[in-house]
Amino acid sequence: MTANTEIFQLLPHLVIGVGIVLSVVIEISTKKSESILPWFTILIFVFAGAHSIINVYDYQILFGGMYAIGGVTAIFNFIFTIGAAIMVLNAVDYIKKSKMNFGEFYILVQSSVLGMMLMAGARDLFMIFIGLELMSICFYVLAGINRSRMGNTEAALKYFLLGAFATGFIVFGIALIYGTAKSTSIDQIVFAYEYFITDVLFLTGLALFVIGFLFKIAAFPFHMWVPDVYQGAATPVTGLMSTTGKAAAFSVLIIILSAVFTQNITNNFEILFAVIATLSMLYGSIVAIAQDNLKRMLAYSSIAHAGYMTIGLAAGNIESVSGIIFYLTAYAFMNLGAFGVIALIEGSNEENLDINSYSGLNSKSPILAGFMALFMFALAGIPPMAGFFGKYYVFVASIKADLTWLAIVGVFSSAISVYFYLRVVVYMYFKDSTSSIIIKNSFTGLLAVIISGLLVLVFGILPDTLFSIITSVLSY
Amino acid sequence: MILEYILFAILGLVAVVTSVAMITRPSPVMSAIFLVLNFFALAGLYLLLNAQFIAVVQVIVYAGAIMVLFLFVLMLLNTDSEHAILKEKRKLKFIGIFIAVLVFIQIGYIVFYSAPSDSVTKEIAESINAGKIETIGTELYTTYVLPFLASGFLLLGATIGAIVLAMKKFE
Amino acid sequence: MLTEFGKIFIFLLLAIGFVGIALFAAKLIRPHRPTKEKLLIYECGENVEGSPWVKFNIRFYVVALIFLIFDVEVVLLFPWALTYQEFGFYGFLVGVIFLLILGLGMAYEWRKGDLNWDRTKPNIPELSKILTNKNVSNVKIDEQIKES
Repeated sequence: MTANTEIFQLLPHLVIGVGIVLSVVIEISTKKSESILPWFTILIFVFAGAHSIINVYDYQILFGGMYAIGGVTAIFNFIFTIGAAIMVLNAVDYIKKSKMNFGEFYILVQSSVLGMMLMAGARDLFMIFIGLELMSICFYVLAGINRSRMGNTEAALKYFLLGAFATGFIVFGIALIYGTAKSTSIDQIVFAYEYFITDVLFLTGLALFVIGFLFKIAAFPFHMWVPDVYQGAATPVTGLMSTTGKAAAFSVLIIILSAVFTQNITNNFEILFAVIATLSMLYGSIVAIAQDNLKRMLAYSSIAHAGYMTIGLAAGNIESVSGIIFYLTAYAFMNLGAFGVIALIEGSNEENLDINSYSGLNSKSPILAGFMALFMFALAGIPPMAGFFGKYYVFVASIKADLTWLAIVGVFSSAISVYFYLRVVVYMYFKDSTSSIIIKNSFTGLLAVIISGLLVLVFGILPDTLFSIITSVLSY
Repeated sequence: MILEYILFAILGLVAVVTSVAMITRPSPVMSAIFLVLNFFALAGLYLLLNAQFIAVVQVIVYAGAIMVLFLFVLMLLNTDSEHAILKEKRKLKFIGIFIAVLVFIQIGYIVFYSAPSDSVTKEIAESINAGKIETIGTELYTTYVLPFLASGFLLLGATIGAIVLAMKKFE
Repeated sequence: MLTEFGKIFIFLLLAIGFVGIALFAAKLIRPHRPTKEKLLIYECGENVEGSPWVKFNIRFYVVALIFLIFDVEVVLLFPWALTYQEFGFYGFLVGVIFLLILGLGMAYEWRKGDLNWDRTKPNIPELSKILTNKNVSNVKIDEQIKES
């Protein structure tokens, strides 16, 4: 049995898997689990993330073509684990504040991260499906974990119904792909992609599969759930869903379409992706202007960002994939940081989410105001921040693929989006405080914001380091 | 072979009669009970096709767990409103019948007119063992051992999620 | 062609036949004298009142959900029970790990007290309490009357 020893090469997964088991044991055995579990969770996440990024060049296919480690998978694992670790750090005080301080919260976060990691490493449609379900089910529960809040319950129900609908698309797509390709192995599907794609049934199956994941990344025609769910769910949970959840869905799209990216095959979905990217960018940017609730504004901005990333899918070359992955990394940390600041300012019962709550923030807490400004600049894509380079790489790739018009639309829509990002900055610095908000001191919350801010700056000042790692890894 | 045909006729008849009974009963609980019978007849048909694992799944999961959930949902909902909808909107009924006829024609076309290609018939000959539980077990513990273990975590997450959502007490 | 399943089928036929014959025989023997009272729906000796559609406790639903989850586990263990010997210790270990993970879910459920059916405690009046509280409550009622 070769699988006997292969299992030990999945060390990050093993650590998180054993971590879940131990967390449940801690939850069972002590009454004070909620004071132990956050630190334990962060510990295993940081270990798994560090292990993944150290072994990034160690690309291997395990379990007879079922699973891959190293390479792009390792970078995605880094996003998931470090992003989730920052979110947990941020959530420690938040869930105390909003009276839902359960140990189960952390167990569910761990399980969802395990699901994302399984999705990113999967080389088989079954594996993708199980990882997706593990992630989604934990997200449904996390979205509605605070039953006493109406917004939470509404978010969970909407997310569950539409998510289940999207899963239906994915399963039907998998069935059609299996029916024509006679295999669920992604390596085989990618290997004979050029031959299969002429088959109408295969094309339909792949289209359904892709549409299912467009739901998960919140691209335009499939975005209906996003504003309500992002607004209703607890703020750190929204941060996790909008960053790592999006990255996990993109990892699957990149793997299943990898034949297009690496073998120079005509991209059958180019028009689909181009239209979706255009609509998402414009819709997200324009509707976000009218939002006064900051969480809702970031939800629409998340739709717009999904649009920018989809440009990379439309371009369909190797540069665009590196662009998407870089963008996802940058977006994960800037969005987590922004939600971190929101979580700190938010009151105990969904108050202080309005943009007026941020007026004059600079005089009350210059550190928070400074970091919020940093994240807003990064999200808007202003040069020395990581967000700029994400957009830059994706736009360059799309120009290379003769999709200059798409890049122009992208630049145009980023110009629109500057308005609502900078509006927050203007409120913070140039408006007098109208409300008397007491910001509760939270060391861990502040630490989470600082770490994500530093990561955004590092990726912004030294984008080439990460980008060269991604490009060299992609050649496998 | 004769025995197989007789069994097929009996089970098929039971499946058809119970499914017709299911959609014509006025009481939803009676419909659900007929659906259970229908599931059992289908399980028998799967056995005749040598698909033992699917038969087992059909009985344990569908006739067992899913039907329990169905009955609970029926109990939780106020089922009177359902009748009102059908009485008020006659059009819905005709659309339903139209779609049913369309699907029936489609299936009939596939069964009678599309000749199985060579590759398909060859695969059928090979697949005589594919439905056996032993075959599935062997696959599950060699190729698919990782998804199998991952599904353990999936079920654990679902258990904890269900309990957290429904049971957690708030102050 | 009579496999193991064939035997089970014959067993099923025998079982159905047994029940059918028993019911038929009983019908032949028993007296049949219906009256109006006998044909009424029987519900604990009370007259039937209202619709049986009442709101259920959510606990029933959770029990059904947990049942569904463990049902799926049984389906996945079915192939394991038949084939783990082929793989020796490795096959055994895989099944045991799977069972441990799900057993943990069971332990969690048990420990959190979700298997207990906590009923609302019946409020049994105690004579001593009533006697001590009586004076107090009377005084309070008097005060309320005065205030009004």
